[in-house]
Amino acid sequence: MTTFTPGPLLLGVRHHGPGSARAVRAALEAATPEVVLIEGPPEADALIPLAAEKDMRPPVALLAHVVNEPGRSAFWPLAEFSPEWVAIRWALEHGVPARFIDLPATHTLAWGNEEKKETAEEEKGQEEKGSERKGERGEKEAGASDRSVDADVRIDPLAVLAETAGYDDPERWWEDVVEHRGGAGIGADPFAPFTALEEAMGALREAYGVGGHDRDLVREAYMRLQMRSAQREFGDEVAVVCGAWHVPALRQKTTVAADRALLKGLPKAKADMTWVPWTHRRLSRVSGYGAGIDSPGWYGHLFAAPDRPVERWMTKVARLLRDEDRMVSSAHVIEAVRLADTLAAMRGRPLPGLTETTDAVRAVMCEGSDVPLGLVHDRLVVGDVLGEVPRSAPAVPLQRDLARAQKRLRLKPEPMERELELDLRGETDAGRSRLLHRLRLLGIAWGEPTASRGSTGTFRETWRLRWEPELSVRVAEAGVWGTTVLSAATGKAEADAVAAHALADVTALAERCLLAELPDALPVVMRVLADRAALDADVGHLAQALPALVRSLRYGDVRGTDTHALTDVAVGLAERIFVGLPPACAAIDAEAAEHMRRHVDAVHGAVGLLGEPGAAASGGIRERWHSVLRVLAGRDTVPGVIRGRSVRLLLDDGELGEDEAARLMGLVLSPGTEPGDAAAWIEGFVGGGSGGGMLLVHDERLLGLVDAWLTGVPAEAFTDVLPLLRRTFSAYEAGVRRTLGELVRRGPGARGSAEAAASGIPGFAPDLDPGRADAVLPVLSLLLGLDETYDDFAGVAR
Amino acid sequence: MSVPVASVEPTTVRPPVSEGLGEGVSEGAGEALRPHAEHAFAAELAALAAQDDRPRPARWRLSPWAVATYLLGGTLPDGTVITPKYVGPRRIVEVAVTTLATDRALLLLGVPGTAKTWVSEHLAAAVSGDSTLLVQGTAGTPEEAIRYGWNYAQLLAHGPSRDALVPSPVMRAMAEGMTARVEELTRIPADVQDTLITILSEKVLPIPELGQEVQAVRGFNVIATANDRDRGVNELSSALRRRFNTVVLPLPESADAEVDIVSRRVDQIGRSLDLPAVPEGIDEIRRVVTVFRELRDGVTADGRTKLKSPSGTLSTAEAISVVTGGLALAAHFGDGVLRASDVAAGILGAVVRDPAADRVIWQEYLEAVVRERDGWKDFYRACREVSA
Repeated sequence: MTTFTPGPLLLGVRHHGPGSARAVRAALEAATPEVVLIEGPPEADALIPLAAEKDMRPPVALLAHVVNEPGRSAFWPLAEFSPEWVAIRWALEHGVPARFIDLPATHTLAWGNEEKKETAEEEKGQEEKGSERKGERGEKEAGASDRSVDADVRIDPLAVLAETAGYDDPERWWEDVVEHRGGAGIGADPFAPFTALEEAMGALREAYGVGGHDRDLVREAYMRLQMRSAQREFGDEVAVVCGAWHVPALRQKTTVAADRALLKGLPKAKADMTWVPWTHRRLSRVSGYGAGIDSPGWYGHLFAAPDRPVERWMTKVARLLRDEDRMVSSAHVIEAVRLADTLAAMRGRPLPGLTETTDAVRAVMCEGSDVPLGLVHDRLVVGDVLGEVPRSAPAVPLQRDLARAQKRLRLKPEPMERELELDLRGETDAGRSRLLHRLRLLGIAWGEPTASRGSTGTFRETWRLRWEPELSVRVAEAGVWGTTVLSAATGKAEADAVAAHALADVTALAERCLLAELPDALPVVMRVLADRAALDADVGHLAQALPALVRSLRYGDVRGTDTHALTDVAVGLAERIFVGLPPACAAIDAEAAEHMRRHVDAVHGAVGLLGEPGAAASGGIRERWHSVLRVLAGRDTVPGVIRGRSVRLLLDDGELGEDEAARLMGLVLSPGTEPGDAAAWIEGFVGGGSGGGMLLVHDERLLGLVDAWLTGVPAEAFTDVLPLLRRTFSAYEAGVRRTLGELVRRGPGARGSAEAAASGIPGFAPDLDPGRADAVLPVLSLLLGLDETYDDFAGVAR
Repeated sequence: MSVPVASVEPTTVRPPVSEGLGEGVSEGAGEALRPHAEHAFAAELAALAAQDDRPRPARWRLSPWAVATYLLGGTLPDGTVITPKYVGPRRIVEVAVTTLATDRALLLLGVPGTAKTWVSEHLAAAVSGDSTLLVQGTAGTPEEAIRYGWNYAQLLAHGPSRDALVPSPVMRAMAEGMTARVEELTRIPADVQDTLITILSEKVLPIPELGQEVQAVRGFNVIATANDRDRGVNELSSALRRRFNTVVLPLPESADAEVDIVSRRVDQIGRSLDLPAVPEGIDEIRRVVTVFRELRDGVTADGRTKLKSPSGTLSTAEAISVVTGGLALAAHFGDGVLRASDVAAGILGAVVRDPAADRVIWQEYLEAVVRERDGWKDFYRACREVSA
């Protein structure tokens, strides 16, 4: 100990500050204390030795949760460059005890309970950069919605300091003053930065008190008590690593009695702790979730780089861009470093920070474009680092939550495969279905849905259940997503939606969200869905997505979910299809036309459901779809199969009179049209399993048109249209086929004998003229070489 | 592509003072229709130079810090007010000035109407005190415009000598340590562009006819401008590109700023065309700007709905011409008030550049966004009418 103030060594830090981390290490090396006290929940003391295991890789987080209520939890994330982590590691390496001295999670979690804040998984405790923004994200005293309001009321001590120094951005000020100077003072007094910071914070606290962070007083009282007991045990050789904001309070001389009084009557909740893996992305603010640093990757780099951080950073960036096939030479790196250095000088900063390096990378390596820069930000500035925790870490709360759910729903994990029939009208069965669907979303394939036997009602589900041992590992892995099955499935679904590539994937996900009943995930999924739909230029993709979406809508209705957002998206999707369909149908080959016909069918079905009277979106959507169909039906560049289909759909919906349909058919089947095109039209009109056969059976005029056209097809063209016609008519049911065949054999206009009297073919009487018919027979028999069988023929003719 | 808007290009982001030719116009320059920046703002430059106590790179008239202040505006310690020349992100100007200070060539990229030329002129004026060493890039720009030409009378009479040599602006800038400007770099044929490579990397211009060379002295640098929407004009070779630091000048950041720019400019153009002033038109202008911004950014103004972007640039300059056209329509054929129907056709022309793809995008936009928007009924109807 050099010229440091007597008493315990107080190291005020900025959480997740790489400069602070370095300084902490240097100070600990110099002071070699007997014990290291760290701001954090004391329940985690037993978990500290795990940090030394080789399977432990930051970023990780300490997770505290209420024993019977895993949804109420708090996180203390630690990255490699967190001063707390450095302190833990230093203590473990030097065989010095390390202890957490913050207020126990028992109390902090109970505070949340008291105020009935049910915001699941609010990270807490990890206030940042000494500013102790406890109110914003710390104490669960503010629910997600009113957090920002809270933040406005409270002062941000760092912002005050930065403003005093003439900086508009407190983060930058801290970086310039503390982080970037951290490595500079090699050989200098390792305690000097802490002393200076303590003075500054002391002045701030004199001016602002606790700055609205009332609970800090309680926490600080607890920390002081812990400090005293450590001092009794180890003398003055005690080092404390805590947020810089707390340092003046810990230095304060208070009586034990006064501190005890502050701690009296704190609420309690039984808390459990464990280590969970964390990611850089969750550390970053971008995810709206983390401990609040913008650039964990950059900080990690600053911490890990032994020297020349800017040069090393630019080299990293260049390598990344090269891997992505952008031409970046060493000359680029040199120029980027020069530019960053000069920019820093011009902006009056001691070293290029992230802003300068980013500006330089943009101007030199990315040709001014923000697109590759986005890649740099994603991969390097934030970074895709995933932490690991050793297997020996206590079970994650997700496991417990799952066990509880299994118990509640009387659904035991068994290695034997068995089938489970669920009747969703029952509360327990509905709960089981939800659980299984949620687990499936989390990649825990305990149950696989299978086709229901017997009943096909929507209230029935059949599952094949089998619990494999490795599913436990999956559960542990899924612990990253949340502490309860519900929150984890929600988190996973949201992440999946953002990462999904195809539009159809997102719609499928929406469907699964409804099945698993994840109302909180739905807005995110819908948002992604709307965005994807807006940017997807392929009408086919949109048309594929629509039916699933409409189905979800129906399903949501059945389950009583609020599907308002879903309806909006579905209608938006339909509108986009309406606009894009006619151009997309023009000038395509037969195969594409067939695909497109299926899309038209699917959209028609979906629009039918969407536009049902009483459905939320019925406003004019059917009318708009009909006008699209009319456009399709009347446009010559649209392939015959789609035109025929459109006419048919309009006819079915009663939008087109039979006369009009017959006129259109007559137009297409007139000699001017290519036989192939006409055959395609017929396929579209009456083909497939659409009941077109029955239409022909009942509307003899249409059949007559087809018949007349077919007999008029020239021989050379006939072989071309034959496959098409075969495809069209072979799809009919056997009965329909037979009836049609009989009708055709009877000849045009010949109906069953009962009707035959009414209708007739021009030029022919409704009935046979026996006299005339008999007159033909002798000639016929002569031609055929028959003599005695007049009567048989006569029978046939009749 | 940029022909219809080129006429309004340099002025879109220009602050009002630039039109006013106000304070600081030096004598003699007053006659010019448009004096050079170093003359128009001579007083500001002089004040900055007098106050500037920071280190200056060789042959710079001002320190980099003062150059940035000159462009971004500010108040000097003695109270002199420096008007802002460029309204936009500070970062852009800082990177640009720093690039010049690190002896790298600067390439200003941007769609038409983002004040590239304006910024380059003022940078040259502030750094070297001379913005006239200018090469105007066209498809017909010869090598001589960048290297040197010959005075053929001299050449025939006396043979090759330095006297017979006609130096280009770039060559003069090299010899005197000044800033040279190259406008529309991508319009210059590729082989002519290549002559810049040696100049920028070796900082030397050989004259093989004389067995001599011109070496650039400290302070020499090049500012080039190029239009990044004109793909395929004469794409820069990577060798040349590597020698530039690139700064992209963005379109106006906020809708209000853009509306302001458009209405001011429309007012000016309208006056010169003797169109009646239409104060009620501001709503329509706001609408045009909103449509342009939304389609350009691919997202609605409220950030809720994503959109496809059409192939056109939809720059501020185009918004100006749409509104001007609409004004003419309103004045000559309408009731004198700028209405939705007056601008609809213009918008359609600006948005739908590719008849197939853009039309779908435009209709999608109409149906998905415009139809639902409160108070946009007339606009929707007018657009439907012209798009049908």
